[in-house]
Amino acid sequence: MEDGIYWPTFFFLLFAAVACAFGIAVVITSHVVHMAFYLVLSLAATAGLFFLAGADFVGAMQIMIYVGGTLVLLVFGVMLTAQAPFITMRTRAGEWVMAALAGGALLSLLVWAAFSVDAWRPLSRAEAEAVAVRPTATRIGMGLLGAPTDRVRLERGDSAVDRRLAAGMSGYLLPFEIVAIHLLIVLVGAAYLARTRRRREA
Amino acid sequence: MTPLASLLSQPVGASHYMVVGAVLFVCGAVCMATKRNALGILMGIELVLNGANVNFVAFGSEVLRGRPQALSIDGQIIALFVIVLAAAEAAVALAIALSFYNAHNTIDVDRGDDLRG
Repeated sequence: MEDGIYWPTFFFLLFAAVACAFGIAVVITSHVVHMAFYLVLSLAATAGLFFLAGADFVGAMQIMIYVGGTLVLLVFGVMLTAQAPFITMRTRAGEWVMAALAGGALLSLLVWAAFSVDAWRPLSRAEAEAVAVRPTATRIGMGLLGAPTDRVRLERGDSAVDRRLAAGMSGYLLPFEIVAIHLLIVLVGAAYLARTRRRREA
Repeated sequence: MTPLASLLSQPVGASHYMVVGAVLFVCGAVCMATKRNALGILMGIELVLNGANVNFVAFGSEVLRGRPQALSIDGQIIALFVIVLAAAEAAVALAIALSFYNAHNTIDVDRGDDLRG
């Protein structure tokens, strides 16, 4: 039993491989329509990773907003500007070499950092199977309404820092309102920017 | 036991999610640096934001880190804010790209050098 396949790990490896492979494919292809298609697949696989991490609401929003909304917007942009010289624009070889060097250095640094912190290591199999997955939509909704149900647990430690943290955790009502107004203003501004102007120069 | 079999029989942790997030982030950064199409740069930005989102969800996940250590719901709420801001950013950037295309009849960002001194 201890050595059987742990299926969440199998699906993690599957979704991670799809997300990373199509993320790399977005970089190396130079055809802009193919780039948009690979980006859709990469983002959808990332939504699968969110489901596996217990973030069901975020995964659903990833599919609905990113794949269903943002990518449709991008594909419309590709369609509106897809004329023959702009569909494939090649990058010079020297820029590829520089980008690969800088990207490889950054990636190796980040991977080294990810495995160098003990608190980020995996749980044991018994611990992981003991964690009950709780649905998150109610808790996210209460947090956005300003009445979070998850608070800093004061019985553990109970230091002055914990008490200050608990007093500050009043939820996300103000950021929620700010982001709502921000989205409204951004969409009005985008519609204003993108309208077609007839140029009157002769 | 081969490394793959030992990996398959154990749960993954936040480190593994951070590796996926790092790969997506680097792909997006390289995409922003090398693409000449303005919409390609926009797709690179989406990849970067998505890599950051993977990290937020991993830090907040009770499945990956256990109940006491996890950020619980805060990581997921911040990930939702990032998704909404990415949608807003895509709308404005696309409007700018279309306006640029109307004015210059090209989508190549190397041609956008009107402000060069």
